[in-house]
Amino acid sequence: MIELHGYGPLLLDGAWLTLRVAFASVAVGLVFGLIGATAKLSNSVIARGAATAYTAIVRGIPELLLLLIIFYGGSLLLQQIWRGLGSNSYVEIQPFVAGTFTLGFVFGAYATEVFRGAILSVPKGQIEAAHAVGMGRLLVFRRVMLPQVWRFALPGLGNLWLVLLKDTSLISVVNLNELMYNSRSAAGATREPFTFFVAAAVIYLAFTIVSMVMLQYSEKRARRGVRQS
Amino acid sequence: MIDSIPQLLVGVWMTVKLVALALALGICIAIPLALGRVSKHPFLWMPVYSFIFIFRGTPLLVQIFIVYYGFGQSESVRESIFWPFFKEAYWCAIFTFSLNTAAYTAEILRGAIQAVPHGEVEAAQALGMPRLLMLRRVVVPRAFRLALPAYGNEIILMLKGSALASTITLLDLTGVARVIVARTFAPYELFLIAAVMYLVLTLIIVRTLKYAEWRLSPHLRPPPYSD
Repeated sequence: MIELHGYGPLLLDGAWLTLRVAFASVAVGLVFGLIGATAKLSNSVIARGAATAYTAIVRGIPELLLLLIIFYGGSLLLQQIWRGLGSNSYVEIQPFVAGTFTLGFVFGAYATEVFRGAILSVPKGQIEAAHAVGMGRLLVFRRVMLPQVWRFALPGLGNLWLVLLKDTSLISVVNLNELMYNSRSAAGATREPFTFFVAAAVIYLAFTIVSMVMLQYSEKRARRGVRQS
Repeated sequence: MIDSIPQLLVGVWMTVKLVALALALGICIAIPLALGRVSKHPFLWMPVYSFIFIFRGTPLLVQIFIVYYGFGQSESVRESIFWPFFKEAYWCAIFTFSLNTAAYTAEILRGAIQAVPHGEVEAAQALGMPRLLMLRRVVVPRAFRLALPAYGNEIILMLKGSALASTITLLDLTGVARVIVARTFAPYELFLIAAVMYLVLTLIIVRTLKYAEWRLSPHLRPPPYSD
C-alpha cells in the first residue's frame, strides 16, 4: 500500500471538490449544448452562424488557455466594471466559477454536435405520426423526441463526461484546491511527488471506471424499448 | 502589444515541435499496440488494454506531473542512464505526449482494423498471402484510410493538450503568453492573440486533413466528365 503520511484526507477533500466542479460544469454544459443545437437547427442565419462560430472556436483553443482567458480576463473585466461603478476594491472571479464556466463552455461546444446529431436521428415519420394522432408540440417533444434524443445522445455525452472529468485537473492551475492541487501541496510538503501524483491518478482512474459502469447501465436502460438483433 | 508577437511566434515553433514529434513517435508506438489489442492472445491484448485504459482514464496533467516531478523521487532513476533524459522538461513532455497520443491512436486504429471489410481479408488469404504481407498490403493501408477522420480529431486534441507543457516550465505558445502576462499584467490581449494563433494552427491542420482525405479516396470521387 502507498504511504500517504496522513495526507489521505486532503486528497479525498480534493476529490470531492473535483466531483462537485465536474457536476456543476456538466449542468452548465448541457444548457450551452442544448442552446447550441437549437441554434444550429434553427432557420435563422444569424443563430446558425453564431453556433458554428462557437463550436469552431472552442474546439480550436486549448482548454487551459480558455481557462486563463476567462479567469484573468474575466477578473479584469469585472474590475473595470467595478471601477466604472466608482468602487476601488479589488475583485477577482473565483476559481470555482471560472473553472465551471470554462469547462461548461467547452462541454457545451462538443455537446452541441452530439445533440444536433441526436435530434436529426429521430425519424421524421414518427413526428408526423404523432402530429397525425393529434399530439401537441409539447407532447410530441416529451413523448417522442425526448426519450429518443436521450438514447441517441447518451453515448456521446458519456464520452464528453469522461473528458470533462479529466479536464477538471486544469483548474488547479488557477489555484482551485481540487484533487490535483491538493496532491501538489502534499507532494511539495513531503517531497514525494511520485507517490502523490500516482495516488491522484488512481483516484481519477476510479472515477473513470465508476462513470463507465454507470454509463453502460444507463445506455442499456435507455435502449430497453429497442428490439435487438 | 505588437512587440510581443515575435516572442509568441517562438512559442508557436515550440508547440509545433512538441506536437509533431509526439505525433510521430505516438504513431510508431500505436501501430504495434493496435495489432496487440486486436490479438486473441491474452498475454498480448491484456497488457496493451491496461496501458490504453490507464492513459485514457487519467488526466494528461497528472501524467506529465508523474513523469516530470515524480520520476526524480526515486534514487535509482536519478542515478540511471535515463536521468539526463528525464531531467529535461522538454523530453518529459515529449515522452508523456507520445505515450498519451499512442494510447488514443491505438484505440482509433483498433476500430479501423476491425472495420476493414472481412471480404478483403478473406481475398488476401485466398491468394495465399502470408499474415505479415496481408497486414502490410491490405489491413494497415485500409485501416489508415478508415482511421483518418478520427485521427484528425486526435491531432487537434494533441495540439490543445500541448498547452499543458507550459505547466512544467516549457515555453510553448501558452507558456510564452503566461510569462509575458506575468511580467506586463496584460492578460486579455495577449491570451487572445495566443488563442488566435492556436485557431490558425487548428485551421491549417483541418485543411491539410481534408486534402489528405481527398487524396486518399480517388475511388470515391465522381468520375471526370465524359460523353
